[in-house]
Amino acid sequence: MSLVNSVPEMVLTTKVDQLLNWTRKSSLWYMLFGLACCAIELMQTGGPRADLDRFGMAPRATPRTSDLMIVAGTLTLKMALRTKLLYEQMPEPKYVVSMGSCSNCGGLFQLAYSVCDGVDKVIPVDVYVPGCPPRPEALTDGLILLQKKMSEEKWLVRPSAEEAALLS
Amino acid sequence: MAGAAECGGGSVALVELSRVERDMEIAAIRRLLHDKLGAAVGVVEEGPHYESIRIDDDAVERAAMLLRDTPELRFDCLSNLSGCDYPGRGAIDIVYDLYSYEFDRSLVLRVSTRRGDPLVDSVERVWPAANWLEREVFDLLGVRFRGHSDLRRILLPEDWVGHPLRKDYVEPEQYHGISTVRESMLGIRSGS
Ligand code: SF4
Repeated sequence: MSLVNSVPEMVLTTKVDQLLNWTRKSSLWYMLFGLACCAIELMQTGGPRADLDRFGMAPRATPRTSDLMIVAGTLTLKMALRTKLLYEQMPEPKYVVSMGSCSNCGGLFQLAYSVCDGVDKVIPVDVYVPGCPPRPEALTDGLILLQKKMSEEKWLVRPSAEEAALLS
Repeated sequence: MAGAAECGGGSVALVELSRVERDMEIAAIRRLLHDKLGAAVGVVEEGPHYESIRIDDDAVERAAMLLRDTPELRFDCLSNLSGCDYPGRGAIDIVYDLYSYEFDRSLVLRVSTRRGDPLVDSVERVWPAANWLEREVFDLLGVRFRGHSDLRRILLPEDWVGHPLRKDYVEPEQYHGISTVRESMLGIRSGS
């Protein structure tokens, strides 16, 4: 039996939601997605000093087992189409962190003919991390922010797809 | 140890040789080419940073062969191949940067082609490195290379329209539904 919409909200669900969110936010698997220089800092963040593993985060080589896409680097128009495709291949619930000026707004290269100025032109973004490149501390801060966002979500009581469509 | 000493001796001899050979001025190289290719070899042009030899667009491959295979020249390395658009004189120039490992010297060749129908001999058969470099010039400037084995875009997506390093390139408003109108924080609008 599915738990969705079957538990009385006032009594239980906030706690169950909390538990679910706690498990979700503590095992964020992120897709390896380095596009330019920012990827070096992303690797540093996964390395032993900043150590993303302590949040239960692990790099994945495929979108199909990833919860999180960290867009790290300059997004060209050519890559933008592929980014969208990869995002669509990730299972729900999925999150996107835009890392660095380039993926936030095109950065240094925003006027170049081949550059997409901002990854939010193709996929929805949850957290923007400023910097060129952001230091591992900054990216970690962004990820903690994302965890905070995740822990406030409700998963057991939520509108069905049709209701959501009506609401929006 | 003995091996290292021999190596050292060898390289000293090479340096001596190259000093003699380095005296071969660009004018002498031009004369050598001119003797073989005739009117297809143009003048030596002074640039702000280097001198270059001008070659006709349909003699490039023969000139390249000569430069690579003549024992006194041996330009065995194509360090770079680039293009530049000159709408003022209706031409696109292709610039070849050559280097000879044996004699430690460089040479610049310059080829002009008509802007309306740019077509130049490919030098891929002389220096295989030209394959990607020519594809890049084709991608960004639209110059076609006669005899190239695989002339496709190399950097931009295959369905890209136009050649962005042409001075008169107009950026389309969108690419597959992604708007390319960029509002810069400096108030500059690209694509116009
Ligand atoms: S934001 Fe800076 S460091 Fe990051 S990809 Fe762009 S240019 Fe490189």
